[in-house]
Amino acid sequence: MDIATVAKELNLRLVSGSDRMKNNVTGGYTGDLLSDVMANSHGGDIWITRQVHQNIVAVATLKDHAGIILVNSCEPAKDTLEKAVQENVPILISNLTAFETTGKIYNLLNAANNR
Amino acid sequence: MKLREVKEILKADVVVGEDKLDIDVETAFGADLMSDVLAFAKAGCLLLTGLTNTQVIRIANVLDVAAIILVRGKKPPAEAISLAKDLQIPILATKYILFETAGRLYAKGIIGCMEKVESGSERI
Amino acid sequence: MNPAVNESDSILNQYSFEVEGGNFNAAGTVSTRIKSLLKQNGLSDDVVRKSAIVSYEAEINIVSYARKGTINLIVTSHAVVIEVVDEGPGIPNIELAMEQGYSTANQQIREMGFGAGMGLHNIKSYSDKFDISSEVDKGTFLKMIIARNNSKKD
Repeated sequence: MDIATVAKELNLRLVSGSDRMKNNVTGGYTGDLLSDVMANSHGGDIWITRQVHQNIVAVATLKDHAGIILVNSCEPAKDTLEKAVQENVPILISNLTAFETTGKIYNLLNAANNR
Repeated sequence: MKLREVKEILKADVVVGEDKLDIDVETAFGADLMSDVLAFAKAGCLLLTGLTNTQVIRIANVLDVAAIILVRGKKPPAEAISLAKDLQIPILATKYILFETAGRLYAKGIIGCMEKVESGSERI
Repeated sequence: MNPAVNESDSILNQYSFEVEGGNFNAAGTVSTRIKSLLKQNGLSDDVVRKSAIVSYEAEINIVSYARKGTINLIVTSHAVVIEVVDEGPGIPNIELAMEQGYSTANQQIREMGFGAGMGLHNIKSYSDKFDISSEVDKGTFLKMIIARNNSKKD
C-alpha cells in the first residue's frame, strides 16, 4: 500500500513530499517521544504523531519512514515544513486523533496484507 | 466492551485493578504528551500511553479516565502503582507498541474520544 | 476580597494551597485534593472535571517555572473560582505564551510529557472566565471562573 492510498482513504492533507506518494507503507508507528520513535520504529513505517517540531523530519529521514502523519489537525512548524520540503519527506495532516488515525491505518494495512 | 476483553485483546497484565475488569469501556485516547491528554481526552475513556510516571495517574484521576493502558512493555514505578491503588485507577500493561494497541482496539470496535478535531477550536 | 466574584454570589467555602516550585514528585497533589473537595461540595461531575483540569495545568506551571505559588479555591453559589499566584520569572509576552504550541519548557519537563505549549490554552478553554497578568521577575497571576451549571444537573 502506498502513501497516496493512505492519504485518499483517510482524507489527509499533503503539505510536503508530493513526489513521494508512491512510498510503500509496510507498517505504522504511533508516538510523540522522539527518543522512543528513534529506538523502536522501523523503516517503511508511517509515523503518526502530534509533534510538529523540526526534529521530526530528521527522525523520519534517519529511520526511512514512509511518511509522517500529524494528528489533531496539527500544522507543522514553519522550519519543520521547510526542512520536510528540502529533505523530500511526505507530511500529511489528519483531522482525527492519533487513536482513530492509527485504527484506520491498522485496518487498511491488515486488509492490504490479506489480499 | 468490558475491560476484561481489552485485557484479552491486548494480552495485557493487570498491574492495578483486578477487581475492576467488569467496567464498560467504549472510547480510547492515545498520546505521549500529557497536555494533549488534558486537552482532548474525555471522561470514561481508555488512556493509551508509553509514559509511566505518577503524573499519568494524576491526570487519569483529574479526567475520570476509566483505565490506563501502558504500551510497549512499560511497567510503572512503585510510587505510581501505589498512587493508582489509592485513587482506584486500573492499569493494564501490554507488550504491544501504541500503533498495534490502538489498531487492535479500533478493529474490535473501540472508538476515538472525539470524531474530528477542529483546528484551533475553543471548547466554549 | 474577591472582586471577580459577582456581588450576588455568596461564598460557600474557600481553601488555599501552597505549591512548591521544582518538586515534580508532589506535582498534581493539590489538584487531586481540589477535585475531591469539589466533589464533597456536591458540584456536578462536569464542573469538578473542568476545575480539576484548570488547577492541574496551573499547578504544573508553578512546579515547572516558579519558585513557589498559591492556589486559592473559592466555591460560590454560582461558580468555582480558582486563583493562582506565583513567585517566579513571570511571562514577558502573554499573547505569545497563550499560543498553542509555544513553550519555554526544558528537556526534563518535556520528557515527562509536558511542555507541548498547551497549558495556558487548556486553562483558558476549560474556563468560563479567564484572567492573566504577569510581571517579569516577580510572578504571574491567574484567575479562572468555572460556572456551576445548576440547571444542567439532572
